[in-house]
Amino acid sequence: MQKIPILKIEDNLIVSLQFDIDDRLALELQTDLLNEIRRTKALGVLIEISALDMVDSFMGRTLSDIAKMSASMNAYTVVVGIQPSVAITLVELGLRLESVHTAMNVEDGIALLKDLKTTDTETND
Amino acid sequence: MIKLKIPDKIQIKAEDDILKTRQVVREVSDLMGFGIVNQTRLITAVSELVRNALKYAGKGTMTLKKIEKSENIGLMITVTDRGQGIPDIELAMKDGYSTSRGIGLGLGGAKRLVDEFKISSTVGKGTIIEIIKWVD
Repeated sequence: MQKIPILKIEDNLIVSLQFDIDDRLALELQTDLLNEIRRTKALGVLIEISALDMVDSFMGRTLSDIAKMSASMNAYTVVVGIQPSVAITLVELGLRLESVHTAMNVEDGIALLKDLKTTDTETND
Repeated sequence: MIKLKIPDKIQIKAEDDILKTRQVVREVSDLMGFGIVNQTRLITAVSELVRNALKYAGKGTMTLKKIEKSENIGLMITVTDRGQGIPDIELAMKDGYSTSRGIGLGLGGAKRLVDEFKISSTVGKGTIIEIIKWVD
């Protein structure tokens, strides 16, 4: 059975969606990520979706749910690599990726996660 | 010149079939000359409609047809199910309306992504949704 690998680099979890995934796999990824956040105490989740040629309402909601659930476990979520055609379609569909931070690519995404975590620490002090 | 081969009726029975219908629509729309944004709009609309059929009726079918009007060619996609039907179509088309765990963007959202959208539904008999996207 297919499974989406989750990599850990420092305190971030990194996922790259390399193919169009079905609903079951999307929900499995959601659960797996939350378990990994708990196991590794990660503070950031980065999801790279440049290979996805569409994000429908189900996928959009799953990304949004992952961000909200991760937030309740003290981790930020950044989605990177959204294709222009996907961005256009998301807006026309009326989908808002609530609670999801976005960046152009993995590098920017990692930098954004770092910023988010830093701001957090400063606010808490 | 690549000959366009449009597959016969595609059965929608399981979650995997949502993926399959998306792949078929991607291939056919690409061969027909749709640009990447319109291909994405079509795939996304189909994904919403096929998931709806699966969710509310348990199964359904999808058919594709190449159509022509004056100089323009288009793709007509019909998603049919024999589920419970929709009692209030106007309400079902509204954003945010959903009777399941969805977020209620399915029908209204799909309509915004295509050029023509026709829905007919009979309570107790099922629903037929026909969408058209023109290449130009």
